[in-house]
Amino acid sequence: MNLNFNFPDFEVIRDEKKCNKCKLCVLECSNKVHSYDDKKNVLNVDNLKCVNCHRCVVICPLKALIIKKYPLEFKKSANWTPLAIKEIYKQSQTGGVLLSSMTNSNNFPIYWDKMLLNASQVTNPSIDPLREPMETKVMIGRKPKKLEFNSKGKLVTEIPPQVELNIPIMFSAMSYGAISKNTHEALARASSELGICYNTGEGGLNRDLYKYGKNTIVQVASGRFGVHKGYLNAGVAIEIKIGQGAKPGIGGHLPGKKVGEDVSSTRMIPVGSDAISPAPHHDIYSIEDLRQLIFSLKEVTDYKKPVFVKIAAVHNVPAIASGIVRAGADAIVVDGFRGGTGAAPTRVRDNVGIPIEFALATIDQRLREEGLRNQASLLVSGTIRNSADIVKAIALGADAVCIGSAALVALGCHMCQSCTTGKCNWGIATQEPELVKRLNPDIMYKRLVNLILAWNYEIQEMLGGMGINAIDSLRGNRLMLRGIDLNEKELEILGINYVGQ
Amino acid sequence: MKIIDASNMYYRDLNTMIDIETLNEKNITVKNVCGQRYIGRGLSSGVKIKVFGIAGNDMASYMNGAELEIFGNAQDALGNTMNSGKIVVHGNAGDTLGYAMRGGQIYVEGNVGYRVGIHMKEYKEMKPIIVVGGKAGDFLGEYMAGGAILVLGLNLDENEDIIGKFCATGMHGGVIYLRGKQDLYKFGKEAVKVELEDSDTSFLKKHIDVYAKGFDKDLTHIDVNSFSKYLAINKNPYSNMYCLY
Repeated sequence: MNLNFNFPDFEVIRDEKKCNKCKLCVLECSNKVHSYDDKKNVLNVDNLKCVNCHRCVVICPLKALIIKKYPLEFKKSANWTPLAIKEIYKQSQTGGVLLSSMTNSNNFPIYWDKMLLNASQVTNPSIDPLREPMETKVMIGRKPKKLEFNSKGKLVTEIPPQVELNIPIMFSAMSYGAISKNTHEALARASSELGICYNTGEGGLNRDLYKYGKNTIVQVASGRFGVHKGYLNAGVAIEIKIGQGAKPGIGGHLPGKKVGEDVSSTRMIPVGSDAISPAPHHDIYSIEDLRQLIFSLKEVTDYKKPVFVKIAAVHNVPAIASGIVRAGADAIVVDGFRGGTGAAPTRVRDNVGIPIEFALATIDQRLREEGLRNQASLLVSGTIRNSADIVKAIALGADAVCIGSAALVALGCHMCQSCTTGKCNWGIATQEPELVKRLNPDIMYKRLVNLILAWNYEIQEMLGGMGINAIDSLRGNRLMLRGIDLNEKELEILGINYVGQ
Repeated sequence: MKIIDASNMYYRDLNTMIDIETLNEKNITVKNVCGQRYIGRGLSSGVKIKVFGIAGNDMASYMNGAELEIFGNAQDALGNTMNSGKIVVHGNAGDTLGYAMRGGQIYVEGNVGYRVGIHMKEYKEMKPIIVVGGKAGDFLGEYMAGGAILVLGLNLDENEDIIGKFCATGMHGGVIYLRGKQDLYKFGKEAVKVELEDSDTSFLKKHIDVYAKGFDKDLTHIDVNSFSKYLAINKNPYSNMYCLY
């Protein structure tokens, strides 16, 4: 007999005293965990199917449900954990590559939490953002080496195209296909209201969203899905995707089952066809080739749009970033190894890449040393969890940050890390119409606006506390950071002092 | 007919000049081209450009309906991410010709380089076509997702092969026609040889005819039934590769 050794990760517990058998949980669970036996008039659960997305828990009117870790124990071993065992069960059963979603789940240090910010006391007094002007606007793009003015004081230096962000935050690239159209619309509307940008990802731009062009960054990845002249001119900037923090060196693969009519027309591929993005762009084998793509995009947009290049944070990232700037990019987007994804091989997600904190510090340092820092803005992501992470990122040298997972959490993501199934009960990472409509962009976009405005206020408070009244004055100001629980090498690479120094 | 002399012109100036000229004149001849990049990028339908010399990289990238005729060789990435239009090359063309092209036709009189037609795709009535008169390098039709590639293998020496290795690797759509029989080892595992049908022979006749007329050749001796046809084994080649976490 071929036994399936798989065991549940979670246990769904129903409080029979509270439950009135309204069966909403049965209706709402796309994973079909809950079922109703009308002969016995009982509700059953299939724990094996539960991904712990909390949909039933949140939606239950009587709060009769809780989900717990499945209480099955193995004999104690720090080496052979239940997870390590389970992975072998799954792979020996299916012969498949383990596929995961969202973020690196291993217990690597989060360096944001090992850096502390400064504040003014007595001298250089702090500033109260409630009563004094506080600038958090940033301009993303290539900056001239110097400014020249004519005799009447008028600027004569030609300023390269810039993207203006009211708040130093953008929504990360997430493609239509990986996430739903309603999610894209919520991101677009929020960006428009906030004066920031969202990013189409590599799946093209749905025709209904062209109206948000002033707040849109269009992405060009190796599959070139939905890329044409109109698309390239639709946004305020173009991003060339080379890599992604969750899966450096790996391409993308949207399975055909997620390519319905609307995704098909946006990506411009047949319904049901796999959308495969090769790992490399096959017209880019060198920095010179990258330059060729950057300038082909500039040529077709009349040099009016900044071109960003997005890479994953990997070992030699400062040298790579230097090459990218020399290739003519107007901004570099660096995605750390804790960055999110709709789908990535688990081993890659959990083992490839480096923390964004180190990538950021070393790139900023390298570009300064080479006199290139003004030539490109530096955007970082993967992972930014709150406003303090943003302030620390900017003090380390970033111009702005990109948030993906945090934005999805604001829209209801419960971090069950099952995006790849396409059955997202929150209507985010799904293309099933019944699930997509659970996320109403008219209502949900406000949650994004709330989040970003709250963070912006927190950024202003932290800036004010340091006696700084403009985010530009914080950029690369590593004296505002101190390390804690870090060794000398870590401090050296981050370019910061230890607490007490 | 407007004539532009591209001698010693920077590509950006040349392309700007073509943009300006096409506002009034739809037929343009560009002479003395020597590797200038991006000629014809994003150009819309109605415009016809004749290029004399060596067309530079990324010619006709994102092109949107224009017609280009090149009297000379074309360098790499001709027709990169092209949407629609027609390109005729009286010569050879380089690597990654037709990368991710989604519509339109490219006819090359001679040979082409590596990774030609990589990631070509199709969408509804848009079906890109690449016709190569001579031979193609390695990785022809890699990751091909749609459209048609036709290689005629004209004027080859006895020891020359019509294709290189790894043809149709990762293919998940579209069709490749190659004149004569090929060794199986030259193909990726995602492609399969199938029998020609009537619709194939009429398609082949049509495009061989366009080629013959376009390059002023007598190709009546070519037997369309001597072509081999290759398709993707399926359009979801990697669907069983994963197990969910």
